[in-house]
Amino acid sequence: MLTLTTPSGLGETLALVDGLDDVLVHGLARIDEERAAALEAIAAAFAGSPPADRIADAIGKIIAGTVTDENLIVLAGARTALLGAAHDALLGSLGRPREPWTAEGEPAPAGPPLGGGRSWLRELAIAGWRGVDHELAGGGAAAVQTLLGEPSARRLAVLLDGFGAELRAAAPVATLERIPVRRWADLWTRALLLCQAAYPVFGAVPVDGRLLILGADLHEHPTVFRAQVHGLLEAGGTVRLVRASVAAAKVDTITGPSAWRMLAGFPVLRGALAGHRSIEIAGMPLTAAGDLLWDEACATAGEPADPFATARVLLATAVLPPVAPLDRHPAAIAEPVLLEGYTAGPDSLDLGGVPVAVDRDRLPAAGPLTPALVAASTACLGLLRWDAGRWAVQPLAVQAVVRKKPVAAHTGDWALGPTEAKAAKAEAAAGTAVEVLRERAGRLLRR
Amino acid sequence: MTSEGAGYERRSAAAVIAPVTVRKLAKVPFVELAEGRLQGVVSSGSDVERVYVSSITAGDHGLSCNTNNNRPCGGLSGGSRACGHLRALADAAVAQYGLARVARYLKVELAAGEEDLWAGLHTTTAPNRAAEVFSGFLRHLAYLETPPSNEPLPELQWFPAAGAVS
Repeated sequence: MLTLTTPSGLGETLALVDGLDDVLVHGLARIDEERAAALEAIAAAFAGSPPADRIADAIGKIIAGTVTDENLIVLAGARTALLGAAHDALLGSLGRPREPWTAEGEPAPAGPPLGGGRSWLRELAIAGWRGVDHELAGGGAAAVQTLLGEPSARRLAVLLDGFGAELRAAAPVATLERIPVRRWADLWTRALLLCQAAYPVFGAVPVDGRLLILGADLHEHPTVFRAQVHGLLEAGGTVRLVRASVAAAKVDTITGPSAWRMLAGFPVLRGALAGHRSIEIAGMPLTAAGDLLWDEACATAGEPADPFATARVLLATAVLPPVAPLDRHPAAIAEPVLLEGYTAGPDSLDLGGVPVAVDRDRLPAAGPLTPALVAASTACLGLLRWDAGRWAVQPLAVQAVVRKKPVAAHTGDWALGPTEAKAAKAEAAAGTAVEVLRERAGRLLRR
Repeated sequence: MTSEGAGYERRSAAAVIAPVTVRKLAKVPFVELAEGRLQGVVSSGSDVERVYVSSITAGDHGLSCNTNNNRPCGGLSGGSRACGHLRALADAAVAQYGLARVARYLKVELAAGEEDLWAGLHTTTAPNRAAEVFSGFLRHLAYLETPPSNEPLPELQWFPAAGAVS
């Protein structure tokens, strides 16, 4: 039975975060008494804990006007710790036991150049979101270009590129009606952490087994499209919840169903998603956080497997992976759940008097799921998420009754192209974008 | 774009960029709002090897149009009356981003109900920016050559794929 509660202390913790986030709206160059008090409240909250002195010292210096990289990373660390605690309380309130985190991190070897990203993030913090004009918004572009060329810096490059695109779209922010205050503080904080050479990396160990897919969560910003598959790995008598992720670089004009074309290098995974098949895994690396580092050479298409059957039989007893320490954040919670026996409405699923909100903003155009299908559904496989003060379920698949006939739709159904005639026609027209740009690239790039 | 609701400011997954509308790319393969300009690349109608590099500056609406070999566009010829390439560029930008976003970026005041961007553009001439714009296009194309990644990329939880239109 799913019980969704708000842990005690969550409101107070998020209030501290909000105080810091509001400071970043106006910028660290303009800290008035009220904003200084908000920062001092964070320092006070850490009193008596190991980093208390460092946090109090850095915040004092920032209020006094010394905005250095050393002080900023401490501020970002304090915010990360507060949201990490909020994450733990929220995840803990679900009452699902998880494996403990035991992996030892190590600093990345021979680091990529991080100074460009750091100095842009420092300028942003000083100016505040309200001070972001076209020039400052575009100030991270050179750093992104450098980082994109370094495979070990892909994570940071993808984040900075998505963040920068939003700031460019929103500039000049001074005239913007509403500012996504927590979101930009989240992205800024995580980018600043990733800009540290000491950011820990963790190893992975090869595993064998059978991967039973639960569903695909699709992510996108102007220059990336990513399919993150949630599934259950049967290996040596144990069933563990795992994820597998494939991301392609793209451009903003490639979006919707044709974005799958950018993942052409992963035929086994795409075929299994589109065909509802299991995948035999041999020697594929699995991280401590439950992420398979997808390698098609270690994957073979298996037998047909219905994700709903998989979830009904195995999800409740699967071993859940721990969360990497620095990835703990309420917005990173994405817990696979199977919901049945509810009454579906347009905005929520009513589980016998307990309504669970449907996250309608996470129904991607690259798949067949629509709000109408969710509203007509009788069973839903989804991800439980927490954002903006509430729990919500993001459907990854639904079983529904349409015109008195049972239908099922999964976000990964169109991994090999839309299966519905109208969408397929639109995709065929839009998909030529990839070819047009490749042709242009062929003529113009090699000069 | 959903900016309604009290939660927008405190939403980690708040939508900031409206999804772009898919459009045909053959005539105008590249459009961006960047560096204080609406800028992009327009295919030549007569020569597949040639493209025009066109831009309109935000604020003072300065026009520039040159070939990728840095020859001035005969249609614009250094003037302030838009050539066909600049018109195609603006049409593509409006198709891709919507009129509101393009107008806001260029600082164009449009009367209520006005659907022609040019009605609000008080154009002037601008220096040649072909080199910067063209290198922007090459950067854009380079994304298509960037290898895919199998890393977990945890920050993409903040970037759900663009929504379905129901």
